[in-house]
Amino acid sequence: MAITMTQAAAERVRKFIEKRGKGEGLRLGVRTSGCSGKAYVIEYADKIEPDDHVYESHGAKVIVDAKSLVYLDGTELDYTREGLNEGFKFNNPNVKDSCGCGESFNV
Amino acid sequence: MALFQISEPGQTPAPHERRYAVGIDLGTTNSLVACVRSGVAETLPDEHGRHLLPSVVRYRTDGAPVVGHDAIAVAHEDPLNTIASVKRLMGRGVEDVRRLGQSLPYEFSPGDSAMPRIRTVAGDQSPVAVSAEILKTLKTRATQSLGMEIGDAVITVPAYFDDAQRQATKDAARLAGLNVLRLLSEPTAAAVAYGLDKNPRGVYAIYDLGGGTFDISLLRLNRGVFEVMATAGDSALGGDDMDHAIAEWIMREAGIQDDAGHRQMRRLLRDARAAKEVLTGAEKTTLRVQRDNHEVWEGVLTRTHLNALIDPLIDRTLPPCKRVLRDAGIRANEVDGVVLVGGATRIPRVREKVSQFFGREPLADIDPDKVVAIGAALQADVLIGNKRDEEMLLLDVIPLSLGLEIMGGMVEKIIPRNTTIPVAKAQDFTTFKDGQTALLVHVLQGERELVTDCRSLARFELRGIPPMTAGAARIRVGFQIDADGLLSVSARELTTGVESSVVVKPSYGLTDNEIEHMLRDSIAHAREDEEARKLREQQVDADRLIEAVESALAADGSLLDVKERTEIDRSIEGLKAARGGNDAARIKQAIKTLDGATLAFAARRMDANIRRALTGHKLEEFGAPGGKPTS
Repeated sequence: MAITMTQAAAERVRKFIEKRGKGEGLRLGVRTSGCSGKAYVIEYADKIEPDDHVYESHGAKVIVDAKSLVYLDGTELDYTREGLNEGFKFNNPNVKDSCGCGESFNV
Repeated sequence: MALFQISEPGQTPAPHERRYAVGIDLGTTNSLVACVRSGVAETLPDEHGRHLLPSVVRYRTDGAPVVGHDAIAVAHEDPLNTIASVKRLMGRGVEDVRRLGQSLPYEFSPGDSAMPRIRTVAGDQSPVAVSAEILKTLKTRATQSLGMEIGDAVITVPAYFDDAQRQATKDAARLAGLNVLRLLSEPTAAAVAYGLDKNPRGVYAIYDLGGGTFDISLLRLNRGVFEVMATAGDSALGGDDMDHAIAEWIMREAGIQDDAGHRQMRRLLRDARAAKEVLTGAEKTTLRVQRDNHEVWEGVLTRTHLNALIDPLIDRTLPPCKRVLRDAGIRANEVDGVVLVGGATRIPRVREKVSQFFGREPLADIDPDKVVAIGAALQADVLIGNKRDEEMLLLDVIPLSLGLEIMGGMVEKIIPRNTTIPVAKAQDFTTFKDGQTALLVHVLQGERELVTDCRSLARFELRGIPPMTAGAARIRVGFQIDADGLLSVSARELTTGVESSVVVKPSYGLTDNEIEHMLRDSIAHAREDEEARKLREQQVDADRLIEAVESALAADGSLLDVKERTEIDRSIEGLKAARGGNDAARIKQAIKTLDGATLAFAARRMDANIRRALTGHKLEEFGAPGGKPTS
């Protein structure tokens, strides 16, 4: 299994990092918090740690620490538009249920 | 399903706790809203992908006002209810509007209110209410784009906006349900968009050529603080004038009469604008225009020819550029960077002329229509706490000095211009006359020395000062300016604690040109102002002395013999005569003469007073050696 990005997501990541001026890629993670137990972390990665797993899709890197991978394995990250709103969307097969808005989830 | 944005390392917010604040460029012609998402500041488009919202509001009998493109589309059918360029009226009084009114197509309702109201089918509308409609539309767009209610905003205002105009902008935001984190000056926002605030220091010119206005500002950056060194401009010059110049050329070439109908004129202007935009990239463009007799005229406009048409307009921006350099006392080659703002600065010829003038390539990577909104969004992101504190806390400065009227019609500056805000300063004043129980506090804005040359912002009275000898009361006047440049003034008599205060609210405003004049005049008239101040100071001294001597004569005139009395009377007359004139040196001399003439009198009064105080008392009562203190 692995973590992948759609073409749209990869393009946004590349564009954002270019505008930001630095960064190895996108760090995805999971931490305990929120109304349904777990919450996503989505940040710029300035460096890659020894225990990190690195996946590449469409020329952009996704970096995940080993602990978070348990909850994220198989996830596809997309970038979509809903009305005027736009942003990254997690398609995570590990999620059993999530809070109403999907910002936090349970596995 | 939630949509996520990328955070800086370690900055991912807890679920449901991400906060956004937007930056809003509330422009004369167009307005924009921008926000920092995934660490990148971007303007937010509407559902048709359009970033610019025309600052036009149309009021209707049935239903809510229509804002933006839809309002423009029908502007020509409903001109009296379609309000454009309302920014020019913000914070202005009825008098100012009457002067501007010649060029505005709206009907103003007569009324006692200090604020002008535009008559529409949906009732009388204040400029603040019209601006609030524009802000509401942008707020809705932001709320939809960010997927959550947006309440906090940084709104930009021109550097020359005075307190009344800033307050009006804040009022409009409140009416639109927005909390203003701060008002930011437009040139400062443009500089922030380019990250110039990250430099240790520098002098930057912000060249802003919009649709209908031109502004040039010189900013000096020092340790993260931008100060406005000078501003100038032309409130009736912009890209629209270029469209008119091109349209007139088309009319001449195509043989269209001057009295072309409204509809045809609009079509011509639209074609002219399109041609101008094509020629930003291309060297020539072909125009097809339908004549009155349904024949089609076809003509070619080259970039060279376009340049010839618009050169006279671009050249009008250069004298203000020279003026700001002169006002700031620097040369063009001392400017460390030039930032282009406003759609008209896309025109290659404009860039060419600006580069020539300043001798360097201007910064133009960021879309000049969006740069101000982007800077405001970056500032909003910091103020809402999405950036680490140390990264940026941008301070602003007041554009004109603030002060008080003191005796003789002079202005005592309490907070000099370019002071960083927020700021609080206090100064102690005293009474001028014996037994004075009230003090008029007259708050003024401007650089000149005399009250008549400055702008009156507010007046209030401090009453209930206990009667004391002149100069004995201590009255502390405090000036406080918040982060948005809004002023509150308080006066407090320190022995009794009686207090009075005022918040400066919109009363009436100045035109852009007047503000610019105020700054320029203060430099042009520096010498005569100094002279005038000297004269007034001597006049005040003279009045004080005459008042003191006359009250002494009334009390103790009997101490003088006829000859002494005549001399003093003559000296008083001499001083009064000198005081009536304009010669400060002569007044000074006359003061000296009267002082000299009253020297003996003053000594004798002192003796008499002591004698009077001692009469009927034994020396011992005053604690002389050997005696016992009585109390």
